[in-house]
Amino acid sequence: MSEPKKSWFGRLKDGLAKSTQRVTQAITAVFTKKKLDQATLDELEDVLIQADLGVAVADRLVSNLKRTRFDKEVTDEDVRGAFAQDIAAILAPVAIPLAIDPARKPHVVLVIGVNGSGKTTTIGKLAKRLVEDGKSVSIAAGDTFRAAAVEQLKIWGERAGVPVMSRDTGADAAGLAFDAFQGAKADGTDVLLIDTAGRLQNKTGLMEELAKIVRVIRKLDPAAPHSCLLVLDATVGQNAHSQVEVFKDMVQVDGLVVTKLDGSAKGGVLVALAERFKLPVVAIGVGEGIDDLRPFDATHFARSLMGLETAS
Amino acid sequence: MFDGLGKKLGVVFDRLRGRGALSEADVDLALREVRTALLEADVALSVVRDFIDAVRPKAIGADVVRSVTPGQMVVKIVHDHLVEMLGGATTDLDFQAVPPVVVLMVGLQGSGKTTSTAKIAYRLTQGPQGMAGDAFGGSFAVRRKVLMASLDVVRPAAQQQLKILGEQAGVATLPIVPFEQPLSITRRALEEARKGGFDVLMLDTAGRLAIDEKLMAEVAAVRDLAKPTETLLVADAMTGQDAVVTARAFNEKIGVTGIVLTRVDGDARGGAALSMRAVTGRPIKLIGVGEKIDALEQFHPDRIANRILGMGDIVSLVERAAETIDKEDADKLAAKIRKGQFDLDDLASQLRQLRKMGGMQGLLGMLPGAAQAKAAMASGKLDEKLLRRQEAIIQSMTPKERRNPDMIHASRKRRIAAGAGMQVQDVNKLLKQHAEMQKMMKRVNKLGEKGFMRSLGNMMPPGFPRG
Repeated sequence: MSEPKKSWFGRLKDGLAKSTQRVTQAITAVFTKKKLDQATLDELEDVLIQADLGVAVADRLVSNLKRTRFDKEVTDEDVRGAFAQDIAAILAPVAIPLAIDPARKPHVVLVIGVNGSGKTTTIGKLAKRLVEDGKSVSIAAGDTFRAAAVEQLKIWGERAGVPVMSRDTGADAAGLAFDAFQGAKADGTDVLLIDTAGRLQNKTGLMEELAKIVRVIRKLDPAAPHSCLLVLDATVGQNAHSQVEVFKDMVQVDGLVVTKLDGSAKGGVLVALAERFKLPVVAIGVGEGIDDLRPFDATHFARSLMGLETAS
Repeated sequence: MFDGLGKKLGVVFDRLRGRGALSEADVDLALREVRTALLEADVALSVVRDFIDAVRPKAIGADVVRSVTPGQMVVKIVHDHLVEMLGGATTDLDFQAVPPVVVLMVGLQGSGKTTSTAKIAYRLTQGPQGMAGDAFGGSFAVRRKVLMASLDVVRPAAQQQLKILGEQAGVATLPIVPFEQPLSITRRALEEARKGGFDVLMLDTAGRLAIDEKLMAEVAAVRDLAKPTETLLVADAMTGQDAVVTARAFNEKIGVTGIVLTRVDGDARGGAALSMRAVTGRPIKLIGVGEKIDALEQFHPDRIANRILGMGDIVSLVERAAETIDKEDADKLAAKIRKGQFDLDDLASQLRQLRKMGGMQGLLGMLPGAAQAKAAMASGKLDEKLLRRQEAIIQSMTPKERRNPDMIHASRKRRIAAGAGMQVQDVNKLLKQHAEMQKMMKRVNKLGEKGFMRSLGNMMPPGFPRG
């Protein structure tokens, strides 16, 4: 996916700026003291916890800092740089954009997640990006549960200039996915995006239904879905662990999309998730506009999170 | 990944036996664990800090009652303070105003505003009808005529979503005028509500970020026009540390009268509830517990407190069971659990119910002391197929065997295994599982009879000193 470099970072930074402000202020406040002592380290750990990194990851990052710089004179910039580096090192291996296999026609992308995480909006944005990339795209409106979900997706389809396959509310989502897949195959469409109803990961029945969608589309192609993206809301806390764990177990999630990063939430749980599950983060959402989907860049994300200017 | 706080404190206090009062060092050690538990439950750090500061003086020097251990004492102090901070009692909605009483729904994108709007409207139009026992009281016990209007002109088809939900719930919605802006929709809604003799007007707004000045100003303008009696902040129970930022911003800029916590049926620990309550000082009034229109409950602070502390929620468990099992079955089961008589027939019907109830994992999460069983199940890859196979094994037993599993020896096991198309070891596994469940049930049952302190003792790991 091509993307003008300065514009994407500008947009990301705009989005993250608000999130960052608090982290930055907090860290700056800590470093009026200069010498890195235990009290400072404790405060730093708090700052990381407030960004939803979780107790374990915050602990580790702070002990890492302690090992290398304890009792040394450090500046605010030093500490933020060190944290950004450590966070970027964790995130770098998972900053992998969505790869569309041109040999598949269509490359099937299944989009899943809990209610309200932003699946439908993400699909709208994703469709637009892929179209801009010169791909032919179709969408299956697989959220046959929520009222007006189909209408919502149809509007996104119009905006992106992409056909949307749908059925009535209450219809079988797996059947719709199957038909959409067959249709896209016949038309030689490059990418098929399948939306699904939001479901909480502890609802066994709904998770079974998701597994069924996968089972059914595999009848047409055993390798499908070629990408299975789990959409996570940046405001989510430690429950993100449970979400990834259960969805991954059920349907082999192979990518994450983190949405609503333009808010005050920092999405710091992503760092812990990257460490634990090593799932690629294929894109991030930074707004409600159709262009507000961005590729995920580990260094930029980490430095932005820590309130630092990018080096490049 | 979350162990109950009780268990953690058990380890901390393993070394301290039978001391008279809690020393400062004891308390600090314990509160360190409390801090971690609260953070893992997504309680905001600033709130955790205030919480610890408030609990500390209460705990230091507290006399350890003869029959409990220091760990239990700290858990009790922590629990009590948590309940107190969460608001102590349930709160209902305020309708003390000239009709139409306006309820304004605000919150972040995807928090569940539209669904909650429809659920509340549905509940109000039902009145006392169709209420399960003590589920709702106060201002909910009166039937009201409700009009809903969506001011969400941002999310595609949001207005249509509310309209469809209104049709499903049998609640009137304001007719949609394309391209109309929130303020003029509000004006029209107020007039329509007045003319139509509606008791309540519910205004569903677009999701907005607390830091989006423009959209916050817009909703403030709606508030000034509509003069809501209730302004409810809708927030997701899965929210992390940001809960405190969002709640504070909405409360400062819009003025919130209460909180609706959604997706409480998920497996999040719900620390956001405490954060938002602490920051706004506003009560959590309602919780969303499912996707259906009637999946709305009043908020019980003590239940969420237990959940935040990872101590299980036996009341919710029973209520959830009651949804799927009919009342009579539930009473029977409860009686059996109470007596510790839980035979294989009960297990078989439980297995069936479990499949209906949406997951053993979620259910077990609510049981105190079930963390171990849950882990064992996760590692044993317990799935729906296994549930069905276990049912088959039980069905291959004679009624006598089901009532008295002890009598099942080698040759009976072989016969049962053959009957179910399984191996003898599968039969063994099932019997062992039943025995473990029975043990667990016996523990659970003490909750009701011997009270809170006793149940805590049973949650402590084996070898933990008791009274």
